[in-house]
Amino acid sequence: MKMHGWGRYPEVDAEVFTPQTKREVQELLGRLQGQGVTPRGLGRSYGDSSLGDRMLSTRWMNHLLSFDPESGVLYAEAAVSLQEILQTFVPKGWFLPVTPGTQFVTVGGAIASDVHGKNHHVAGCFCDHVEYLDLITGPDTILRCSPVENPELFHATCGGMGLTGIVYAAAIRLKPVTSAYIDQTTHKASNLREILELFAVHEAEPYSVAWIDCISTGSSLGRSLLMTGDHTRQEKLTVKAGSGLSLPVDMPSALLNRHTIRAFNTLYYHRIRERVVRSHTHYGPFFYPLDSIGDWNRMYGGNGFTQYQFVVPKAAGYPAMKAILETIAGSGKGSFLAVLKAFGKQNRNLLSFPMEGYTLALDFKIEPELFPLLDRLDSMVLDYGGRIYLTKDARMSEATFRRCYPVWEQFQAIREANGLKGRFTSLQSKRTGLD
Amino acid sequence: MQKILIIGATSAIAEATARLYAAEGAKLYLIARNDERLQLLAGDLKVRGASSVETALLDVNDIAAHQGVLDRACASLGSFDIVLLAHGTLGDQKRCEEEVDAALQELQTNAVSTIALLTTLANMMEKQSSGTIAVISSVAGDRGRPSNYVYGTAKAAVTTFCEGLRARMHKHGVQVLTIKPGMVDTPMTEGMDLPKLLLARPEMIAADIIKAVRKKKDTLYTPLPWKFVMAGIIHLPERIFKQLNL
Repeated sequence: MKMHGWGRYPEVDAEVFTPQTKREVQELLGRLQGQGVTPRGLGRSYGDSSLGDRMLSTRWMNHLLSFDPESGVLYAEAAVSLQEILQTFVPKGWFLPVTPGTQFVTVGGAIASDVHGKNHHVAGCFCDHVEYLDLITGPDTILRCSPVENPELFHATCGGMGLTGIVYAAAIRLKPVTSAYIDQTTHKASNLREILELFAVHEAEPYSVAWIDCISTGSSLGRSLLMTGDHTRQEKLTVKAGSGLSLPVDMPSALLNRHTIRAFNTLYYHRIRERVVRSHTHYGPFFYPLDSIGDWNRMYGGNGFTQYQFVVPKAAGYPAMKAILETIAGSGKGSFLAVLKAFGKQNRNLLSFPMEGYTLALDFKIEPELFPLLDRLDSMVLDYGGRIYLTKDARMSEATFRRCYPVWEQFQAIREANGLKGRFTSLQSKRTGLD
Repeated sequence: MQKILIIGATSAIAEATARLYAAEGAKLYLIARNDERLQLLAGDLKVRGASSVETALLDVNDIAAHQGVLDRACASLGSFDIVLLAHGTLGDQKRCEEEVDAALQELQTNAVSTIALLTTLANMMEKQSSGTIAVISSVAGDRGRPSNYVYGTAKAAVTTFCEGLRARMHKHGVQVLTIKPGMVDTPMTEGMDLPKLLLARPEMIAADIIKAVRKKKDTLYTPLPWKFVMAGIIHLPERIFKQLNL
């Protein structure tokens, strides 16, 4: 059947398996006799990380296994979604230690992408809060992996894009909260230099992220709104239902052009009048503003879109961001959903994306002229010592991948030593030369 | 605290429904065929807040075993506030056309076993004179369609049986709810090439079921648009209907 990732590009014809228990996964791996299979959760990676000829949908292995109310450690099957965790545990006073910008991802997907959130600068990545995980590597093997048990496999699996096996279950440390609400502050920055300074000034804030205008040029280059926040200290632990809004059809892609986007960006930027605005908001709109619009990925039209997310090291800083932003703004192709964030220290996971520095993520609708632009951005990012996020990627070259992740040989050696190469694969792993 | 018995507890709709009741602190008794999945579900419901979860294994086609299993469930819970029948198979229509045994097996699992269970349960519920019997039938039972008429026949039998049973049990203060889901996103349908927009998530169906039980409804189409779709399909004249490949 036809399958695609969140960006709806590319699309493949795949056979989809739906095992419901770990035993069924192992039986399936036995039947496949080493033919490659691609793990898939909720399909929220943007490009081709979860695509292949044979896809193993983990979705129905979605049970909570145990919870320790003393330590806050939740042990759950890997297809439990972050939404499910929040709905169950926010009322009990627990929150996710790290969450990406959507709650519609599985625990397994969060591990495979080693996702980050608005608190990366203080809390690190999702896998930094994983006590251990159970990895199905073959018809007869399930290995418990943690920083102390099978540590090599653990650090390869965290951020490993599903190429080291099927994450069957994981134990994650939730964090205690006293409220489902967030005290939010929005700071206005009229250009790139100001927003980078604001990130430095507010580095002690638990959550911070900026929306950045990728169309404006000149003295307004990089104008942004920085949003910082922390959990409110009051007892109100309610979960809210979604809006029920969704995009049922593809929008005509011509609706998104440099003029409509420029108009949107200007309105959005001037929505805030003062330099600093304080507000009080539920965790839903704070962390997951787009989750309230179902299927928003249809906004970019029938050809789909890709999200380009890169990071450049802190040392490269302002000049690097300025040069890259100028290239994007000059192309006129940037979208209105562009996000800027200052990352904290990098962790030990081999293919994990974040490194200390600045990351920018923005959407581009798929069109032929896009690819040369992205290739040009790749070479700029690499020259500044940065890298590109595999979870969003649908097109980086093998050479780019190797420069982004220079420890790829170590990753590959671990896969080979454990008989995983070829058994767990994806379109992305083939494109980047891992399979 | 509600006392709830679920038969076919590991089906996607039953799981989602059990989770909502568990979050409310219900006492649950779960019956299914696959012990591995049954234990996973039981553990999950405890974490979510169920005040107790008991399990029993049963192949619904082992009709001689029904009474014993139901008696033990009743003894464990004390009485039944809600009984949900959710077992079933979405058989292979093509095979049912080629092999008599396959067709009869489909009727056995989806209709005969359900009628047998309902007969025993009705007598137990009649005595306690309270509670709800909720049965998952299907929109497939509303009209025989070439794509799944054997399954549809079984569900039509269940729907008709429930209609009669409802009138009988009404006098005893027992609600009988016939649930007719449309197409649902389950492990059975995930691998098929179906229009994803038409597939409802099991959690949506579960929320509808809980509301229908609370409101003492007789029949539930879920999600709601199927009510109107089926009204259209039921009223198509046969001479037109037979030419369609629904």
